[in-house]
Amino acid sequence: MRKKQWLYYLPYILWIILFVLAPVALIVYQSFFDINGQATLANYATYFQSGTYLKMTLNSLWYAFLITLITLLFSYPTAYWLHQTKHKQLWLLLIILPTWINLLLKAYAFIGIFSQDGAINHFLGWFGIGPQQILFTNFSFLVVATYIEIPFMILPIFNSLEELNPSLVNASRDLGASNWQTFTKVILPLTMAGVKAGIQAIFIPSLSLFMLTRLIGGNRVITLGTAIEEHFLTTMNWGMGSTIGVVLIVAMGLIMLMTGEQKAKKKVTNK
Amino acid sequence: MNKLGRITLVILVVCAALFGGTVELQKSQGYTQANTLTLYNWGDYIDPALVKKFERQTGYHVSIETFDSNEAMYTKIKQGGTAYDLAVPSEYMIEKMRKANLLKPIDHHRLTGYQNIGTNFLNQPFDPGNRYSLPYFWGTLGIIYNDQLVKKPVTHWADLWSPDYRGQLMVVDSARDMMAVGLISNGRSVNSTNPVVLKAAKDKLDQMAPNVKAIVADEIKMYMVQNEASVAVTWSGEAAEMLANNPHLHYVIPAEGSNLWFDNLVIPKTAKHEKAAYAFLNFMLTPKNAAQNAAYIGYSTPNIPAKSLLPKSTRTNPGYYPSQKVLNRLQVYSDLSPTTVGLYNDLFLEFKMQH
Repeated sequence: MRKKQWLYYLPYILWIILFVLAPVALIVYQSFFDINGQATLANYATYFQSGTYLKMTLNSLWYAFLITLITLLFSYPTAYWLHQTKHKQLWLLLIILPTWINLLLKAYAFIGIFSQDGAINHFLGWFGIGPQQILFTNFSFLVVATYIEIPFMILPIFNSLEELNPSLVNASRDLGASNWQTFTKVILPLTMAGVKAGIQAIFIPSLSLFMLTRLIGGNRVITLGTAIEEHFLTTMNWGMGSTIGVVLIVAMGLIMLMTGEQKAKKKVTNK
Repeated sequence: MNKLGRITLVILVVCAALFGGTVELQKSQGYTQANTLTLYNWGDYIDPALVKKFERQTGYHVSIETFDSNEAMYTKIKQGGTAYDLAVPSEYMIEKMRKANLLKPIDHHRLTGYQNIGTNFLNQPFDPGNRYSLPYFWGTLGIIYNDQLVKKPVTHWADLWSPDYRGQLMVVDSARDMMAVGLISNGRSVNSTNPVVLKAAKDKLDQMAPNVKAIVADEIKMYMVQNEASVAVTWSGEAAEMLANNPHLHYVIPAEGSNLWFDNLVIPKTAKHEKAAYAFLNFMLTPKNAAQNAAYIGYSTPNIPAKSLLPKSTRTNPGYYPSQKVLNRLQVYSDLSPTTVGLYNDLFLEFKMQH
């Protein structure tokens, strides 16, 4: 029986080794070689001494933060409303639907909407305030990034709202809490897990967004993803590209630690 | 069998059936290992009608795989496991592949129509005596502008710095090409390796930053056609496509000089069907075929008799077929050392951060 159980784990273990552990190990390994194949720590020195990379890192963090914040502001009320409505499954489907379409196609659709001759500028034209430059601005970049990421924030929050026991909410009201108090003291703390899952699902990919930065941002927004792409495809300096990759992986670990903290604590107290 | 097992089985059976289906389909179209020529080309870089014609004439089947950068192509051929019979790298990459021993020499005795290629395009420093490559298309880097959106024609690189074009300029997301614009504006060679010279070129580019609306790639075509920007830096062939869709656009090669580039056909070391490869080379050397391809793609053909078959408006357009005087001022990229390529890219990245 035991033996058989071990067999069930095999595909999972193989998957993790081949597609998670091995690539990460390779990236770390590559990051210690310079462009001529010599083992060195110079890549890290370059990274931490160059104003360009540090500025780019700050830039990436700042935009990832903004994207996460905006999606959160939109997602929580949406998920809450979704949780209350009648035809949940239908609304949910409508939110998931856009994620089935390729990212590139969605980006091109936005180019059409935002361009000088696009729908929005036509609309603004009616009021005599168009055409405005919308493409290649930070605004358009944030709008498109938010649009693309939003389902990944709504879903975990929605799930945690669904899991919330309604009798807790009723009890809070019975005991005289106002709506606002019920929300801040009961609902929000109990759905925090969903919020954190959403933050993880958005913040980390946003750090390395690169295609949107060019298509929608016109390279006005430069993130670490841009630099990695360039190092692997143009410069062929895989070492430097990997170094930036390692930095991203470390950042990812930090975010996971920060957002996963409470769960760990809870486990300890449960024991 | 439980439900999970049944579902798994169904999925596996469907996969096997689909795979078998594609194999059968390819067989029924006549694709087999023995008579298929694999062409590794840039996307949309050959007239599909010509491919059909070649298949009809020779009985070979052509399978086309595409790449979107010289570096991606290089990596793929170098890693092996591929069986490309022909590839279409640009000049500096041919030099790099030649040095890395990735190319088979071309036997000129097996070619018919080699003399059709203009002497301007042969015996270039990147491949002396054309031992490894045959010119496919050539072109230039230049400026495209919209005559409705600018007051006077743009003719010099220096115009790009003019305060008239604040926030109106689109440039290509290519380190080598944009650094070349900076270098030429400073009166330097596009193959400079001196870090001080390169830094100066980047400082020059930085001064252009307020004019730059966006740094983009292929999308330039779409944006210029839709009047999204008034001036752009782009390649001649891309310009041809834009001009065809918007009559207000004009392409200029700045008088100070610019980059002259080549895309040449080469036979990679990994080629399996040399005979088919030579048949294709000879097919493309035929003036009528080269002219048809040039008319379709819009880039300039190095095939002299083919050029005379093109419409007069194309043939005499100085943007595509510049005079000898202009040609003499153009510079060809050479393969730079990895460290220098790294420097070019780091500087360009800094420029991108600036803008």
